[in-house]
Amino acid sequence: MGMTMSEKILAKAAGHSNVKAGDIVWVKADIAMMHDLLGPWLIDGGFRRLGGKLFDKEKVVVVSDHCTPPATVQQADILKFTRDWARDQGLPYYYEFEGPCHQVIVEHGHVRPGRLILGTDSHTCMAGGLGAFATGIGSTEMIGVLLTGETWMKVPETIKVIWDGELPHGVYAKDIVLKTIKDIGHAGATYQTIEFSGSAIKSLSMDERLVLSNMAVEAGAKTGLIEPDETVIEFLRSKGVDDGLETVRSDEDASYAQILHYNASELEPQVACPHEVDNVHPISAVEGKAVDQVYLGSCTNGRISDLRVAAEILKGKKIAKNIRCLVVPASQHIWMEANKEGILEILTEAGCIVNMPSCGACGGFTSGVIGAGEVVMSSSNRNFRGRMGSSEGEVYLGSPAAVAATAIEGKITDPRKYLLQGVR
Amino acid sequence: MSYKIRGRVWKYGDNINTDIISPGQYMSQPVEKQAEHAMEAIDPEFSKKVRPGDILVAGHNFGSGSSRETAQMVLKHHEIGAIIANSFARIFYRNSINVGLPVVDMKDTSVILEGDEMEVDLLEGKIINHTQGTEYQGTKLPEHLIEMVQLGGLEPYLAKKLKFS
Repeated sequence: MGMTMSEKILAKAAGHSNVKAGDIVWVKADIAMMHDLLGPWLIDGGFRRLGGKLFDKEKVVVVSDHCTPPATVQQADILKFTRDWARDQGLPYYYEFEGPCHQVIVEHGHVRPGRLILGTDSHTCMAGGLGAFATGIGSTEMIGVLLTGETWMKVPETIKVIWDGELPHGVYAKDIVLKTIKDIGHAGATYQTIEFSGSAIKSLSMDERLVLSNMAVEAGAKTGLIEPDETVIEFLRSKGVDDGLETVRSDEDASYAQILHYNASELEPQVACPHEVDNVHPISAVEGKAVDQVYLGSCTNGRISDLRVAAEILKGKKIAKNIRCLVVPASQHIWMEANKEGILEILTEAGCIVNMPSCGACGGFTSGVIGAGEVVMSSSNRNFRGRMGSSEGEVYLGSPAAVAATAIEGKITDPRKYLLQGVR
Repeated sequence: MSYKIRGRVWKYGDNINTDIISPGQYMSQPVEKQAEHAMEAIDPEFSKKVRPGDILVAGHNFGSGSSRETAQMVLKHHEIGAIIANSFARIFYRNSINVGLPVVDMKDTSVILEGDEMEVDLLEGKIINHTQGTEYQGTKLPEHLIEMVQLGGLEPYLAKKLKFS
């Protein structure tokens, strides 16, 4: 019996030649990632009580992204604590004000195919888009990882999700992942890996692949994986990474818990409706729903290709009166790229507000939370009650194109009417 | 953590996610402040009505969403005795074991009613309903976690392993 990508990566991390789904193994982390809100501030007490010595500071990455810029004194205190902690520990990799941690660790080359990445955030699974086994853990579990470099894991079964065919014009990775989550259900992949494959996935850019892996946890999955190929290798080379580029792939005769097969050419734009990410409908079902705010950004969909498509839609147009359109690039690097390409100017002229890269309003922390009765159309990853502010607010999730089209009309809008035929 | 727990039941539905248990907008505040807002999106009276030892009973997928351990912190602040659900989200389940918040899953929690007096044996997965005079079998704790639970969570477990206790 062959092995899945998950089995191969966890076997390597456990120092075994072979593991199978269901095995419980002790694994060594290649990267332990924390952010400000669920990192040093919460773990320092326990970490010190247990000796306070890092297993390997080269493998510990801290990113301040949730409290940036601080909206309250408490957030400023957490940020300062995190910064001081990273300095006191002598960490070579501490980032702040650079953007959401998941994007930052990808851009800085910490994520490589075959690595085991543990982070104190549920969307850590995004790193699976480069073929790393990456998953979210709690802060207490992180204390153990920081001290020993290890934790226990149950090797997950894998759901293989095959998307063949070509995505139609105006339809994106976001629509693929929303449709997949609708079918699997928000707890349908609990304790499992989702492995995305097929010709439609293979043709996706690095930017778009990360959308799929980012949202795997919204189906309850432990991680979301895509077989690393030349797209991943080229991306990493462009970031100055020259080593650790060996690829990992599932064997032909690997065993799967379930295999789902889709034809991408039949897909329409999708929207996740309040208050669950699997409450997904074709955009036609909710077209015309009035919104108060649109949010274009986040680690899910704030990358340069997302901003480009939004700019294509918004160029020369104005956003609807009485709504706000917040644009939050997924990193400083992307912010600068968008600036160089003139995208920020196009978006600003259309009436958008460009904020700094941060977890900000996506998690209901800073810079653009919503009030009772307000409705948001967002390109982010989660629409739980209270997620972006008031528990009396409503969050709809869609692709950056759908978000941009919605900004023009002030109500949920199919993006295809604003896109030139044939342009993706 | 005690692994035999007795308390009265508060009932909830499916998909009680971490944004409900621990809303993001209060996460940077001290835990006692955060705890005032626990569950308020679906039960505004929660923080006023729960008493130490109370047991939360819910449907499927309890604790879905974030890896935030503030969810466990606020429930522990209210001294919730245990959570019984049809199923738990993966990270929430791990975090609960790690911090010593008793969690047990059983097939059908719909038979349990609000206000029932329950007793849970975490190690055996045995659940006794004293009000109804019935007994249910929940999932037994995986063997590799028994020692961790007996010691009270991951920190005491690590203390023993690393010889700090």
